[in-house]
Amino acid sequence: MSRYLASRAVQTVVTLALMSFVVYLLIGLMPGDPIDMMIAGDPNMRSEDAARLRAVYGLDKPLLERYAAWAWQALQGNFGYSRTFSQPVLTVLWPRLVNTFVLAGLAFVIAVAIALPLGIWAASRPRSRIDYLINLLCFGGISTPPFWLALLLITLFAVKLGWLPAGGQADIRPGTSWLAALGDRSRYLVLPVTTLVLVQVGGYTRFMRGAMIEVLRQDYIRTARAKGLPEGRVRWGHAFGNALAPVLTILALSFGGLFSGALITETMFAWPGMGKAIYQAILDNDYNLALVGLLIATLATMLGNLLADLAYAWVDPRVSIEQSA
Amino acid sequence: MIRRILFVLLALAALASPARAKDELVIGMTQSPGTWNPLISSMLAKSLISNMTSRPLTAWNADWKLVCLVCTELPTIENGKARVIDLPDDGKGGGKKGMEVDLELRDLKWGDGTPVTAKDVAFTLEVGRHPLSGVASAEFFKRVIKFDAKDDRRFTMTIDRVTFDYNSMGLLLLPAHIEKPIFEANPAEYRNKTAFDTNSTNPGLFFGPFRIVEIVPGNRIVLEQNPTWTGEKPYFKRIVVKIIENTAALEANLLSGNVDYVFGELGLSLDQVLAFEKRHKDKYDFIYKPALIYEHIDTMLDNKLLEDRRVRQAILSAIDRKAISEKLFEGKNPIADGPISPLDPMFTPNTKHYAYDPAAARKLLDEAGFSDIKNGVRHNAKGERLSLEITTTAGNRVRELVTQVIQSQLRQVGIELRIKAEPMRVFSEALNRRQFSALAMYAWVQSPEGVPRTLLYSTEIPTAENAWSGQNYPGYRNPAMDAALDGAERELNFDKRRALFADIQRIHAEDLPVLPMFFRVDPFVIPKQLKGVVPTGHINSSTLWIEQWRWEN
Repeated sequence: MSRYLASRAVQTVVTLALMSFVVYLLIGLMPGDPIDMMIAGDPNMRSEDAARLRAVYGLDKPLLERYAAWAWQALQGNFGYSRTFSQPVLTVLWPRLVNTFVLAGLAFVIAVAIALPLGIWAASRPRSRIDYLINLLCFGGISTPPFWLALLLITLFAVKLGWLPAGGQADIRPGTSWLAALGDRSRYLVLPVTTLVLVQVGGYTRFMRGAMIEVLRQDYIRTARAKGLPEGRVRWGHAFGNALAPVLTILALSFGGLFSGALITETMFAWPGMGKAIYQAILDNDYNLALVGLLIATLATMLGNLLADLAYAWVDPRVSIEQSA
Repeated sequence: MIRRILFVLLALAALASPARAKDELVIGMTQSPGTWNPLISSMLAKSLISNMTSRPLTAWNADWKLVCLVCTELPTIENGKARVIDLPDDGKGGGKKGMEVDLELRDLKWGDGTPVTAKDVAFTLEVGRHPLSGVASAEFFKRVIKFDAKDDRRFTMTIDRVTFDYNSMGLLLLPAHIEKPIFEANPAEYRNKTAFDTNSTNPGLFFGPFRIVEIVPGNRIVLEQNPTWTGEKPYFKRIVVKIIENTAALEANLLSGNVDYVFGELGLSLDQVLAFEKRHKDKYDFIYKPALIYEHIDTMLDNKLLEDRRVRQAILSAIDRKAISEKLFEGKNPIADGPISPLDPMFTPNTKHYAYDPAAARKLLDEAGFSDIKNGVRHNAKGERLSLEITTTAGNRVRELVTQVIQSQLRQVGIELRIKAEPMRVFSEALNRRQFSALAMYAWVQSPEGVPRTLLYSTEIPTAENAWSGQNYPGYRNPAMDAALDGAERELNFDKRRALFADIQRIHAEDLPVLPMFFRVDPFVIPKQLKGVVPTGHINSSTLWIEQWRWEN
């Protein structure tokens, strides 16, 4: 087990190093540099200002030299400063990472908690009315644009009914009790979490349904039923574990999203998360911020895959992680 | 089940926050400020907030008059507080004239009780001049060649030239008692270590009517009254500025009461406000304030099809700007005749106006040699097709619509127009490198009495040699324009300067290196209870007078 984990850790480090190189080059090769944008925004800037600022920000050096300097600093734990915020990138990203994890994590847990039983329920009654209804709702969720759904929820619950805030985060004053603070914070989460859940739950349900139907067709399920086992035990004891393996792959791939953010939902609900931070950093030519944000998303995706592999071994005894190592 | 759902919904409703006291104002805006250091970069989002926490030495007020905010009296030649002087010989020929300006600071204190003094001014100038400090535009700081403090509040600045804007000093002060040790420790690292970003809620950073007490990056900025403020006491005790980047979500927040007001300078779009006004006229007041945001089309003068000014004049005559303004902006956007706003004291009404006149456009094109029409498109004697490309910013719906209308109108006079919309960063690089082929539509933000030197002066054409700086993207060269720009900058007499500005506008209207389109308006949606918000229409935004804002039930 430890050999396997060590091997995966080495793979992760190599991948992150390669990704940092590729992402740095891609961002550097995009048209325009930060000084171009400053010139466009400030008609008073002179040629000397532009040359001086390019030197100050190190933009007068070749791209590879800039990457080497960044990589050397990163190895020492210094990921550089955000150009737009003038703060260490981890200081800028950390609160956003937490916000995104809270929002996306909550939505993920709720979506999975709804989708798995719903998928199993639909799979156990294929082509029944309830199956058609669940499928219809799933396709509705999958095909609904998140920005439209977000606007709809805002209009209904914030503008028309006035029950929930339209966006942002709770402004907790000093002296507020923790219960009141929790309640206030929760109110701001209801609409964005609902949006994400409604968008995600359809896909997960469809995957669970498909995997379960596939397993329920297997000979060993037929044998179990022929032996006279109760349907609940057949479904949960024999079918569910086997159907879970492919679904875990999908869930593991979604894991990266818990840290890379949901750009549209974050934008619509003014939720300061990673998606908005990375997107804006790319637009603003904030190299360090965009790079580290994307690396965090990469790392999260790789960790998700590792968790999925470990989960395979857990749900399916035929899978051995020692062999994989 | 239904009863359970109803119970949950009622519980949520019960958790709704109590009605806000009227001493708190919640404002929405669409942009998140970056660094809070006032010198490192200029950004509208930041200035809207920092106007409440500090003040520039001088500013333009809502009547477009220059006023002292941190100083006691505006220095002028007339009151003797500004003088033209002979500068000492600098070893490069000598005989140069400069100016001396006397200023006295008001009795102000930073939020930690430390007085605002001439030392803060001297330190701010030092940071601005330092090559490693990362200040974007160092022009103002370099002009000040000598700083002489008489005492804590009185000082004299010597400027290296004679210029009419000697008393226009939008300088935002840095607190020397906090920032100087950080700067002196390592000037090259100052931009990353400044207390404005590492300790943003330190009261000692602010001397305005409010101070920042909380910043949740990307979400909100909370301000409270500054107890050391010596000016007029503000009405609101607390101001919360929420950042909501999506304008549709911002509108929903306004309607739901999640925000009380949206900054007119950085909030809802014009088309949004026009639609909003029709539905909610009873609850809000609407002000459409013409601003110094100049929508125009740069022409690439290196393009042979555009080098004859009659072609450029024909293009402008063939565009029905009045109809565009009426159809798309309900006539709110004033039509521009040049780079100087009609609200600017330097504007002359005698500038040549190009009314929509397709017949005149056709005549001008014939005279310019484009008289041969094949398949609806004009050609010249060499067989060159009058086909142009207009580049603009992708994602700006209004601009994309305007280019489509222009395309259709130019087709009527035999000019083929191809539209190319590019993302902002691609577009700005194409502009800075002068890589657009024919026309480029975008906007400039200008300042009152601003001499359009960087836009029209012959040495301001971006090239590799000058590190692609300067904003004369068309590549315009005219000695008469250069002379008028030079003269306008140096002329201290208002009437004579106005005559020189008239020359600038006249030459511009004849040559048309830039096709003027509109001056954009800032649409203000002000709740009927909110009083005292006075849009200015220029770079010194309404929040500079935040202490006059009040809530009346």
